[in-house]
Amino acid sequence: MENGVWVFIESDSGTIADVSLELLWKGRELADQLRCELGCFIIGHQVSDAASDLIAYGADMVCVADHAQLVHYLTLPYTRIAVELIKEYRPSIVLIGATSTGRDLAPRIASHMRTGLTADCTDLQIGEYKFGKRIWKELLWQIRPAFGGNVIATIVTPETKPQMATVREGVFRQPDADPAREGTVVDLKPTLTEQDLIFKIVERVKAEKKVNLKSARIIVAGGMGVGSKDNFELVRELAGVLGGEVGATRAAVDAGFVDHERQIGQTGVTVRPNLYVACGISGAIQHRAGMQESSRIIAINTDSDAPIFSVAHYGITGDLNEVIPRMIKAYKEKD
Amino acid sequence: MAYRMVCLMKQVPDTRNITADVLREDGTVNRQALPAVVNPDDLFALEMALDVKDKYGGEITVMSMGPPAAIEVLRDAMSRGADHAILLTDKKFAGADTLATSHVLESAIRKNGPFNLIFCGRQAIDGDTAQVGPQVAEKLDIPQVTFAEAIEFLDQDDIVIRRAIEGGFERIRGRIPLLVTVTNAAANPRPPSIKRKMFWKKAQTRSSVQSEEEGEMLERGLLIPVWGLAEVGCAAEICGFQGSETWIKNVENVKLTAHEPKSFDTSETGIKELINELINEHII
Ligand SMILES: Cc1cc2nc3c(=O)[nH]c(=O)nc-3n(C[C@H](O)[C@H](O)[C@H](O)COP(=O)(O)OP(=O)(O)OC[C@H]3O[C@@H](n4cnc5c(N)ncnc54)[C@H](O)[C@@H]3O)c2cc1C
Repeated sequence: MENGVWVFIESDSGTIADVSLELLWKGRELADQLRCELGCFIIGHQVSDAASDLIAYGADMVCVADHAQLVHYLTLPYTRIAVELIKEYRPSIVLIGATSTGRDLAPRIASHMRTGLTADCTDLQIGEYKFGKRIWKELLWQIRPAFGGNVIATIVTPETKPQMATVREGVFRQPDADPAREGTVVDLKPTLTEQDLIFKIVERVKAEKKVNLKSARIIVAGGMGVGSKDNFELVRELAGVLGGEVGATRAAVDAGFVDHERQIGQTGVTVRPNLYVACGISGAIQHRAGMQESSRIIAINTDSDAPIFSVAHYGITGDLNEVIPRMIKAYKEKD
Repeated sequence: MAYRMVCLMKQVPDTRNITADVLREDGTVNRQALPAVVNPDDLFALEMALDVKDKYGGEITVMSMGPPAAIEVLRDAMSRGADHAILLTDKKFAGADTLATSHVLESAIRKNGPFNLIFCGRQAIDGDTAQVGPQVAEKLDIPQVTFAEAIEFLDQDDIVIRRAIEGGFERIRGRIPLLVTVTNAAANPRPPSIKRKMFWKKAQTRSSVQSEEEGEMLERGLLIPVWGLAEVGCAAEICGFQGSETWIKNVENVKLTAHEPKSFDTSETGIKELINELINEHII
């Protein structure tokens, strides 16, 4: 199983994280292209049942590390188990979800393996890379918007293995399960050391995910143009009237207008609703990366040159403070 | 117990408010035109260190890797109450990815001597990777707690930290030495003291002062040490561009096709037309 594509499967109380399944979908595609196997590893407690699901979703091999004390993520034992697996199976690619767990784990593994890691990729492909006279075939192209306006960088890790990347939720699609698929399950039976358990979780409070932007059919998103936290009420009202969810840009989140979980874009969630209403959003590449595949996009912006208009299907050049109330009124008056 | 602490801080272009003046014709950002600021999360990291110092005593060394201009970050940190500052700068450090950066920081921290706690910001706004902290912790072979919001308990080696997770938080208990990455949900950074600010404004590196001033600057404690490759004691192959394992294959300008959206005017009639079209197409 050397040189395979591997995915870290994140789970919480036995439920597999969406992002991990999305990575299996992409991982399957990459493995088929590379003519290699798709492996994955799941660490937790009472996760053995998940193994057959993971095979149905496309894995050829599932390594299970089940231990009562691994029920929640802990940096040290998770890293140690992952590193031991990587050293044993020598995958050529390792993909990890860019969640709070993945963002703690991935750099720790990469640092240990002294290999490269690219955060928040918005696409992954296989391709070649030439540098001077040297040429590498079949490298992982780690694609992400680069800071610097409308640019997309393709990053490669030619000289070390594994090639590592993290990806946010929603970027790839969910695989379909095929219960007839076959694969192997390796039970790792981990033993933990005192050093592994130097940190313990004494309390954990986790609310059910309140917002589910990914499955919303309509999203009304606000940016800096909304102006203030109070004025964001306008965006909420329009979302409420249309039966949609509220989204935001990073700038709006940073400014404290809304919670971080509503951030859309490269470092937030990627969404593909039927309708996306962008209010006071300039349309920076990092934002577009998370919404440009929406079926219909309405842009409301005072600046007719704002880049958001080039991905929009409907454009209104004007002040959202006038436009939104009129939209609400027009919708309420329909029929 | 007095704690020996290191706080890692970075100077970044202020990506939070990219205005039209810094955009080039082609829509790319002129990085140089953005104001350089202290990475916002790093100020929360410094605040957490200062709070430990206030409550339990200790000393804070601030380190920043970057170009000579990054001295501004150190002046700021000293004005807020840090005890020592070291600028890590060398042409060989340039072009570093997060892995190469972590090698330099690891070497510098080891060189600086024993420590109990290392603080850094959760992530830097120019890359948002949140990778450097964990990579440094791994290299130092110490545990890490990422996305920390507060140190809730500290007694000798025992520590309890509250950290953010998706949709909630965790209280995690363990022992130092430890590296902590701090989010902006932690206690707000204190402002610099005016007096200290006036004083540290004058701080310089040795290479930027006239030799006749050097003695006096040194005596007043205004010379900020600069560590390059030799001082840090890190092998050149693992630093900077050379030590980076992620290579940029290419950077492409995204051409926004001159696609014209169907436009509607802002009058009540214009908006009504839009809403009707959406209704007719069963979009809403
Ligand atoms: C590493 C990195 C990762 C990032 N990740 C993300 C991400 O995941 N998501 C994200 O969104 N951003 C992300 N960004 C930030 C991104 O580059 C932009 O800075 C951000 O998207 C801008 O948000 P905005 O459109 O709300 O604000 P601005 O760019 O300030 O735009 C505000 C817009 O509002 C318009 N406006 C003002 N007043 C009105 C009014 N009264 N009516 C109508 N329009 C008005 C203005 O014309 C302007 O176009 C990232 C940046 C970096 C460097």
